[in-house]
Parts: sequence; C-alpha cells; structure tokens
Amino acid sequence: MPDVRSPMAAPRSFVWTRRIVLTVLTAFALAPVFVMVVSSLKPLQDVQGPFRWFPSGFTLRPYADIWHTVPLARYFVNSLLVAGGATLCSVAVAIFAAYAVSRYDFKGRRFFSVTILSTQMFPGILFLLPLFLIFVNLGNATGIALYGSRGGLILTYLTFSLPFSIWMLAGYFDSIPKDLDEAAMVDGCGPLGALFRVVVPAAVPGIVAVCVYAFMTAWGEVLFASVMTNDTTRTLAVGLQGYATQTDVYWNQVMAASLVVSVPVVAGFLLLQRYLVAGLTAGAVK
Amino acid sequence: MHITRTTAAATLAAALIASATACGGGSSTDGSGNGSPKELTYWASNQGASLEADKATLTPELKKFEKQTGIKVKLEVIPWSDLLNRILAAATSGQGPDVLNIGNTWSASLQATGALRPFDAKAFDAIGGKDRFVSSALGATGAEGKDPAAVPLYSLAYGLYYNKKMFADAGIANPPATWDELVADGKKLTKGGKYGLAVEGGNLSENVHHAFVFGKQHGADFFDASGKPTFTTPEAVAAVKQYIDFIAKDKIAAPGNAEYAANQSVADFATGKAAMLLWQAAGSSLKSHGMKPEDYGVAQVPFQAAGASGDTAVNSMVAGINLAVFKKTDNVDGALKFVKFMTSDDEQKLLNGTYGSLPPVKAAQSDPAFATPDLKVLADALANSAAPLPQVANESQFETAVGTAMKDLFADAAAGKPVTTESVKAALEKAQQQMPAS
Amino acid sequence: MTATVPPVRHSSKTPSPGGRRAAGGRAPLSRLRLPARLRRASLPYVLLLPALALELLIHLVPMVVGVVMSFKELTQFFISDWSAAPWKGLDNYRVAVDFNAPVGEDLLKSFLVTCEFTVLAVGLSWLFGTAAAILMQDAFRGRGLLRAVFLVPYALPVYAAVITWSFMFQRDTGMINHVIHDQLHLTDGRPFWLIGDNSFYALVTVSVWRQWPFAFLCLMAGLQNIPRELYEAAAMDGAGIWQQIRRITLPSLRPVNQVLVLVLFLWTFNDFNTPYVLFGRAAPDAADLISIHIYQSSFVTWNFGSGSAMSVLLLLFLLVVTVLYLLATSLRRKDA
Repeated sequence: MPDVRSPMAAPRSFVWTRRIVLTVLTAFALAPVFVMVVSSLKPLQDVQGPFRWFPSGFTLRPYADIWHTVPLARYFVNSLLVAGGATLCSVAVAIFAAYAVSRYDFKGRRFFSVTILSTQMFPGILFLLPLFLIFVNLGNATGIALYGSRGGLILTYLTFSLPFSIWMLAGYFDSIPKDLDEAAMVDGCGPLGALFRVVVPAAVPGIVAVCVYAFMTAWGEVLFASVMTNDTTRTLAVGLQGYATQTDVYWNQVMAASLVVSVPVVAGFLLLQRYLVAGLTAGAVK
Repeated sequence: MHITRTTAAATLAAALIASATACGGGSSTDGSGNGSPKELTYWASNQGASLEADKATLTPELKKFEKQTGIKVKLEVIPWSDLLNRILAAATSGQGPDVLNIGNTWSASLQATGALRPFDAKAFDAIGGKDRFVSSALGATGAEGKDPAAVPLYSLAYGLYYNKKMFADAGIANPPATWDELVADGKKLTKGGKYGLAVEGGNLSENVHHAFVFGKQHGADFFDASGKPTFTTPEAVAAVKQYIDFIAKDKIAAPGNAEYAANQSVADFATGKAAMLLWQAAGSSLKSHGMKPEDYGVAQVPFQAAGASGDTAVNSMVAGINLAVFKKTDNVDGALKFVKFMTSDDEQKLLNGTYGSLPPVKAAQSDPAFATPDLKVLADALANSAAPLPQVANESQFETAVGTAMKDLFADAAAGKPVTTESVKAALEKAQQQMPAS
Repeated sequence: MTATVPPVRHSSKTPSPGGRRAAGGRAPLSRLRLPARLRRASLPYVLLLPALALELLIHLVPMVVGVVMSFKELTQFFISDWSAAPWKGLDNYRVAVDFNAPVGEDLLKSFLVTCEFTVLAVGLSWLFGTAAAILMQDAFRGRGLLRAVFLVPYALPVYAAVITWSFMFQRDTGMINHVIHDQLHLTDGRPFWLIGDNSFYALVTVSVWRQWPFAFLCLMAGLQNIPRELYEAAAMDGAGIWQQIRRITLPSLRPVNQVLVLVLFLWTFNDFNTPYVLFGRAAPDAADLISIHIYQSSFVTWNFGSGSAMSVLLLLFLLVVTVLYLLATSLRRKDA
C-alpha cells in the first residue's frame, strides 16, 4: 500500500501513543485467539478447572476427538457450500444491479436504492417464521425443497449481504471511467458485453471485497440456520453447539474445532485483505 | 418502473397464494418430503455423550426395526438447544418428522398446539396397552382428562448424590433426610474452598424442577385448578426462597454456582469441590469426570420433615423423555409400530441401560440390570414420591418465567445483595405477569 | 467528494452516458430502431430484476406476512393452523406500548438497554477503528502484520469467537477474573460477568471486539483517498503531526463516517448472534437486548403475534432514526 502522507519525522509523543495504543489493541484482538489455542491443548479436567496461562498437561487429543463428537467435517462442508454459494450468487446478482444503478439514470432508481438499503434494518426475528412458512409452501407447491436444504439457506443468506454489496459495487463501478465501456459499446459490444469485458475486469478488487463481505455474513449466521437446517444440512454456526451435550461441555473440543474451522477462513481472509482495502477504498467509502 | 411493479406484483401474488394454501393447514405433507409409507422420519433428542454417540446407539436398533417390519427409519439426532424450535417450526408448517422425542415437561404445551397425535385407546392397543407403563410416568404425558400426547420412553427422577469420603471426613454417618439436616451437614462440609452442595443456578429447567419440588413440600402448586398461574402464594415464595437460600443465607453452595448452566455442578461434585448434588441419573456423567461408583452414594432427596406423607411427600419431579407421533404423518400405522418397537421390553432394557435412565415400562424396569443401588433409589422415588410438573398448556412459559426469575435471584444472592421474602415475591410477581393471560 | 449513501449519492450527478441519451444517439448501431430503444430502456430494470425478486421473496413478502401476524392472536393454540387464529386488531401493539403494564414496561426497559448498548458499542468501535487507522497511516516495521492481526476478530466465525468469550468470562474458571482478580488484585471478590449487572459490560466488550475491525477496515480505506498534497501543504505551513490529524485527517473522514456509523448502528441494534451465544435464551436484565427480548416474546413464550408486533415497532423506530440521520448528515454536508 502506498504511503499517503509525506514522510516526516514523527514526534516522540506520537510514536509512544502509537506503541501503547497498538499494543493494547493487539492484546484485545488476540486474547480470545490465545485462549482458544491454549484451551484446545488441555485435557478436559484442565479446562473445567481454574484458568491457567499454559496447559499443565499438554494433549492433542481434542484435535482427534472433535471429528467423532459431532460430524464436524460434514458441518464444515455444509458451511463452505452455503457460504460459498451465497457469496457467488450474491455477487453475481449484485454486479447486474450495481451496473444498472451506476450506469443508467432510470426512473425509480432512488426508490430502488432506498428500498434495498432499508432491508438492512429488518429485524431477522420478524421474518424468520414467515420466511420458513413461505419456503415450506413453495416447496409443497413446486416440489423444490427450500426448507431444510442448503439451497434455501443460500437464498436467505445471499439477500442478507446483497444490499451492502450492491451499494459497494455501485460505488466501485462509479470510479471506473465511463469512456471505457462506451468505447467498448462503440466497438460493437452490447451493454452486457461492456459490463463483462470492461467493467468487471476493472472492478476485481471491489468484487473481491464484496465476496469477502458476503462470505463472512453467511459464515457466522446462527438464528436462521438453527431453524432452517436439519442433520444433513446443518452448518458450523449451529453445529459447534453440539460440543455442549446433555452430559458435558467439551470446552477443549469446542476450542479445537473452532480453531480448525477458522484457520482456512482467516488465512483466506488475510490473503485477500489487500483487495478488501482496495475495494473499499474505491467503492464503499468514496 | 412498469416492469418492476408488474414483476413485484406477480411475485407477491405467487408467494401469498402459496402461504394462503398453507393457512388452510390441510396440506398433507409429511416428514422431510418422504412420501413412501415404507419410510419414517424420527427425531431423537440428545441423550448420550454426543450426537454421534446417540446415532451409534440408535442406528443398529433402527436396522432391527427395518428387518422386522420392512420400514426404513430416517434418524436425526437434534441437540436440546434446537429441539423445541424445530418442533415449533414443524408444528407451524405441518412439515415435520413422523415420530419424535419430546421433553416430558413439554407434553401439555405441545398437546395444546395440536401438532401431536393423541394416544387414544386404539393407539394404546396398537402399542400393547396403557398398563404396561409405570403410572407416574404416564402422569407426564399431557393434560388431565385428555388422551396423552405422547408415551414415556426414558424415565428419570432426582436423587441426592453425596461424596462418601467427604461425609466420612466430616464425621457424617448418614445422608440427610430433611432439608434442615442437609443444611447442617452442608455447613460442616463447607470449608477450605469446598462446599456442601452444588447447584445449577443459571439453568432455567433445573431451577424450575427444584422450585416445583419445594413447592409441593410447602403445599404450593404453581397453577390453580383452572390453569391460572399462582406464583406468589406465601407457600410458593417460601419454596423458591428455600432453594435460593442455599447460596443466599445458608451459604452451603458456592456463589459461583449462580452462573452454572452447562452442568458444571456435576463436574464440581465429581471433582470433590462439592459434597452433595441433586441430580437425575448422574452416573454416566460422573464416570466421564473420573469419579468411581464406589466413591459416591445416592439417597432420597430430603423432605421438610422426616416421615412426610400425603400431598407434601414429594421429592422429585417425574423427569424423562416421551415419544410422540406427529399429527400430520402419512403413516400412522408405521409410526405406531415404531412406537411399539421402541417401548418393547427388549428395546427399553437396552436403550435405558445405555443412557443410564429407567425404563418407564414395568416389565423392563424389573430387570436386574436396573437394580443397581443408585437406580433403585431413583426408581423408588419415581414410583412413590415423584409428581409430574403442572400439565398445563403454559408449562413451557412457566419454565422460562420462573426459571429466569430464580436465575436472577441467584445472581443477586451471589453478588451479596439481600434475598428476602419480599424480593423473592417481587421476582415471582414479575414472572407471573409475563405469563400469557388465558 | 460526492455523497455516500445510494439515495443521496446520485443526486448531484448528470445523467449517465449509458442512459437514455446514449440510447437515442447510438440508434443506428442497433438492428431495429424501436424495439432496440425499448430494449435499452428496459435494460436497467432487467438487470435489477434478480435483486428485486430475491429481496421481495426473502425480505419484503415475509415481512408483510409478519405484519399480518402482528394483528393476530398467534399463540401455541393456533400455530398449527394460523388462519384460524383470531384477529386482535391493534391489541398486540397496545400491550407492547402500555408502559405501565409489565409487558410494555419490560419492552421499554429492553429498548433503553439496547440504546445504551448501541451508543457505547458503536462509539467504542468507531474510536478504536479510528485510532488504529490513523496511527497506522504511516509506514513502520510490522505494520502489515498488525493489520492482519487486527482483522482476525472480523474473520473468526461469530459462534466460535463468542463462545470463547463466554468461556473467558466465567467467574471461577475464566481468564478475565484470573487477570483482574488473581493477578492484578483490582477487585475484592470475583465479579460475575455472565449474570447480574456486569453482563452489560461483557456484552459491550464482545460486541466492540467483533465490530471495531470493520470500522478499522473502512477508515483505513478512507484514509487512502486523502490527497497527499493536503498534508504536504499543511507541513509547509508548519503544522505538526497532531495538527495534521486534527485539521486534515479527521475532517476528510467525515463521508466515510456517515455511512460507517449508520451501518454499525443498524447491525449493533439488531444484533442477535452475540447476545444469544453469550447468554443463551434468557439474557440477564442488564443485557436484555431488544432482539433477544423479541425472540423470547415469540419463540420462547410461543406468542408470535405479540413478538411480531414488537418487531414492527422496532422496524418503525429504525426507519425513523435512519431517515433523520441521513437528513441531518446530508444537510450538514451541504452547509459545510
């Protein structure tokens, strides 16, 4: 990332403020991660006893046990499918809508923008049960199983991230010079050709940013997942609760499982963070 | 805008028609889209150490059933945190399993929704007769005067678990038989960071179960004959206060117990941090925490006075799991066959043996496998001194309202705030006001 | 810099070149004149169609059904056949806003707790995000690593993160009390965090932990848009680094903040996942957020009519606040 400010010797007060504030924030951000790592290496008796900074008896057993206590692998795959599916669909739909908002001055654009944005403030609890009913009835009417299926969950989650995605992408598209797609259209591309040959390639950072956002939104949702999934389609957000059973809470396994499923996501997230910043820079915050 | 509106209108119309057809409630769907009468969907509750362990226990039995009847059973084990929501959703939409487990205290509440198929005389004939079941367990299957909404599957009762070594060290010869004795013993045992009793103060259901038993002993019912809540009678207040006082006044339970909601009290008992525990069939949990069966004893839960009799001679709720048939099943015969199978003597012995619970089926309960000292105490309580929680439609709201009130009272007690008759009454007053007016 | 939220953003713009003007001007390229124009004119709507259809299906139609439910007596006696549930007119609303009766009183209390919580959580998230973004504007050793570290809370799955916090907040065996009581001796006794009054602060902590990286991310992006010349000019005028922050950085972030604060407000106010995982279905009074309260009023007590009425009231409130906020911030922008 390029440096914005002209380099100049920062005064001591600034350097010390920076050191202190950033250290505190680092400790705050990482405290739960530390607890996760340490607790996942302790035997069950240890995690149920008073907290200690380091395990008295080091064990890797929780990492072996997590796969048998709950079908973790299946939940993980479900979460990936659902969050991935929701992300792809959300971004695809958002690209079309953002293109319309950014490039066309059509009647009702304001209305559309307001409506889309206002769905962000719907309390989930208000439409959980009605949505469930609609899914069941659509399923009965058309034979497409939405309730209990990953498809239904994908549909639901993609609309959670859609408004913010459209809005972020529209901002990003605005930053791409319109001469570019006009030139493409003069060359014989239709509007859609211009969108896919010119605008989308130029908007990759923005699209990645939207992908990350959509993925994270779907990845952690608990409320809808707890009602709309069954044994075979249960996602991690709900499935991890399985470590709290009728007889015990397997804290060490909860932590181990949380770490195992988080590592790929966090890694991917950190790899893509450059795009995320770039995408936000040009899009959302303009 | 024109196209948008038309499309919007069309989509809206389609969706509304779809939900309107549902409003009739007559859509004849069954569990998870299985249309074949040769298949059943079964929702099991989590009884064992994990969801996967339950699946491993039940799958061979379901295979056995398939072999006998040719009916394939699709099993889903549902964690307790989701079970009630899933049942509610199923009741609302008509799309659910064919057969399902319910907590027996929910029986009357779920009965009121009309989502469960009543077990009438014919249904009982189909599963081998009503008199096969222990009568106290049948008391927790729905409102009085109505056909039961479910049949008992696994039964449990409360016992007083005590640590033999800690008792011996404190010079206590016998487990307490009255609450006064329990408090006196508890005070002797509370020293050096160890406590006399462990309670699960943040667990709403546990709180309500104990409130109910103390209430019975004080002569209080939490509902009157017409089903109206009566939480604030002096007896009910005294009952709740007596339980809270274990932390507030007697100080025989650790203040930290006030936030326990994940069975930490069992762990505390197993690891010798507390000498007594009021629990239902804790055997397998204690074992998993490394406590050997010879290290603890099980006694009857105390009474207010020795030799209690009559209505106040109650020292446990009738705990357990019931098996219900979903009303909208398309395979009543198959579902009943499955219920018959699950409540057969053999399956009862096997499943209850695995889960450490008591068979509610008489013939199975008399099996020597259930004659261990601790299970005998629980069976005795179940047969002689257990009463079902109020079988009223608002039972589940009662659990939430009173359980939460007690959790808050425990929080006050643990934080050193005074817990008085007035403050208990005020908390129960608030809980009563939260109950739906009906 | 143009305004930031969709309804406002395009207000000052001239019509886009791809719009109707272009459709007329480039007609010779099309094979058929009239249908092409029609096709052009309808294209934006066609592009919006999937988004609209999905929002209708998942949000608007269910919401309409939810509003209908709020006028019914939808208790456990009627849920399996809710067309038979009797109409109650405005009764559910009347009960919800009768602040002298227990239901209304509790709802009001929960609402006030939520407001207090939202102000604190959004304020702190914003503060942390701003501080970190500004302090990390200059390059220094380890900046990239730190940025990655700060994004970890945002990247962890909600459930895993919050359950870990609840583990840390346990009174007897948690890390928080181990640090403040056992090691630093800041308190006399071991405080409770998951029950009683402190649960409010526990909730704020977790919420801020989850939200501030998002603020950090947005603000960091916002800082990239500040032209370098501004700083150079200020430096030439002799402004020190603190003055530069006050005079250039903070004012330049205002458009980012307008959106950021609104989005954080809506997310925090409606947040269900955090309190639900932290406290379970019965939150302590001090941390009884409105989303959990409504969940209790519908799913736990099985009174979906009353729960829906409360949700509708909540929606109306959020709508009013959002509109007022947008009006206020846009007006201020025009004045400036």
